[in-house]
Amino acid sequence: MAEQFTVHTTTPSEAEIERERARTLAEGRRKHAVSSAVRYAILAGVGFLMLYPLIWLIGASFKENAEIFANPGFIPEEPTLDGYIKGWQTSTPYTFATFFWNTFLIILPKVIGTAISCTAVAYGFARFEFPGKRILFATVIATLLLPNVVTRIPQYLLFRDLGWLDTFLPLWVPSAFAGDAFFVFMLIQFLRAIPRDMEEAARVDGANTWQTLVFIVVPMLAPALISVCLFQFMWTMNDFLGPLIYLSSVEKYPVSLALKLSIDTTEAFQWNRILAMSVLALVPALTVFFLAQKYFIEGISTGGLKG
Amino acid sequence: MMGGESRYLGLAYVAPYIAGLFVFTAIPFVASLYLSFTDYNLMRPPRWAGIDNYVELFTRDRTFRKSLTVTLLYVFMTVPLKLAFALFIAYILNYRLKFINLFRTAYYVPSILGGSIAVAVLWRYIFADAGLVNMLITAFGGEPVNWFGDPSNALFTITLLRLWQFGSAMVIFLAALQSIDKTLYEAAAIDGAGKWHTFFHITLPLITPVIFFNLIMQMVQAFQEFNGPYVITEGGPLKSTYLLPLYIYEEAFKKFDMGYASAIAWVLFVIIMVLTLIAFWSSRHWVYYAGDKRS
Repeated sequence: MAEQFTVHTTTPSEAEIERERARTLAEGRRKHAVSSAVRYAILAGVGFLMLYPLIWLIGASFKENAEIFANPGFIPEEPTLDGYIKGWQTSTPYTFATFFWNTFLIILPKVIGTAISCTAVAYGFARFEFPGKRILFATVIATLLLPNVVTRIPQYLLFRDLGWLDTFLPLWVPSAFAGDAFFVFMLIQFLRAIPRDMEEAARVDGANTWQTLVFIVVPMLAPALISVCLFQFMWTMNDFLGPLIYLSSVEKYPVSLALKLSIDTTEAFQWNRILAMSVLALVPALTVFFLAQKYFIEGISTGGLKG
Repeated sequence: MMGGESRYLGLAYVAPYIAGLFVFTAIPFVASLYLSFTDYNLMRPPRWAGIDNYVELFTRDRTFRKSLTVTLLYVFMTVPLKLAFALFIAYILNYRLKFINLFRTAYYVPSILGGSIAVAVLWRYIFADAGLVNMLITAFGGEPVNWFGDPSNALFTITLLRLWQFGSAMVIFLAALQSIDKTLYEAAAIDGAGKWHTFFHITLPLITPVIFFNLIMQMVQAFQEFNGPYVITEGGPLKSTYLLPLYIYEEAFKKFDMGYASAIAWVLFVIIMVLTLIAFWSSRHWVYYAGDKRS
């Protein structure tokens, strides 16, 4: 009986505690549910605001001109390819095919030059000791922060004296000399984090440093190198000021300059042509980004964190 | 360091960098300082002018004064807003939410495209008088805003284009937030610290190095903004978006007044440098490096 009694007196309080705990848990869960609902709402709202202009742009490029400034929705009432067909022709003797081809001609050598020169230079910094290394490395950081605006005019004069104006050379050559400090820095950071065992083993087996670089280091560096190429691709694709300063004949214009030209020259009210060509101009960058976004996110995270 | 080879072997690998550094950076850097003290219009060789260009800039040139004011306003508006917004979104994303990668991608897309002329073109259209933004405002019963026509709005509209690209700063913040040791939060929770307390005493101090990095990078970039105002407003109306890089461009490559343009470039450079140095100098008081006992 005594046993039963104690059981009786304790059971309600235990149950009470249990009930209390369940209540706080449920409340906590509800609070959590509410706050994550708020978070999702903010994230989705901001995301929509950010992406709607792009969605609208795509829709608007298929609209009639009259509809562009009359319909805030993105679905065209009477879809037309007019903007694409006429926009592609441009008001110049050239079509956008020429301008895309020029963009490609600027990007390809630039990306290759960047990849090769930055790899070699980063290897030199990360794996060797040499006189003046500390000072040289400090200049990498300094160039990283140096505003281009201060070197642009003498660079222009230099390229003019070399007879390189209105060619792609001013856009290619500086990059082939590891001119983009950001990439050198990123690769150095990446290399420093890679263990050297494999390289040392290769050296013991009689490989020279160059062979070690090509056969051991480059494959390990591949993810970072892909980031470098992708960023350089994007930046060159978006570059406007460089071509604006150095290229003067329309036949050499890349897409960025051609777009600006079509704003200036397309007769008024032909908005859909310009919007259609803007969509096309964004397609390469978007495609590359969605195919390889992992490398972008990683590249920017490592490059940034270690700074 | 791999033993055995000459101590100059490393130099061979960095040789392209050294050559590029001298030819494309160091010499142009010095040359532009020299040019800023000359009168040079490409027709005749540079003529030494002493401090004439600078005197002209600071005493008589009203365009310069306007442009400088606008530039400072633009930078001090853009950079803090962008960083705060990037951190806010990164902080929300850092909760273990589903679809985190989807959101991160969505927010990053504008950063990828933001510098392009196509997006500047888009901006021109959506903020036009009858553009998308005003259509939406009137649909909800508001008064349409004169985004570009009114000098007091135009700079803000350009600022929005930069803000829209907060994704790259956000990705960096998010990576930093994710690398914070979870046990610190658990310890704080056991000590009964609230959400705000935890944020200001654990999260924020631990990501100060990244805040510092983003601050410097965004500032240097913002001071050099060109594409947006050049394509969208062409510096107008009434020079209200005439940032210094636009002024430099027009002096140098439209009027070919290389000496004067170099002087403006140097003023801009010195401003950026001084602010960067202030940031570096002050960083010892507010940037916390793990393993460092100072803070």
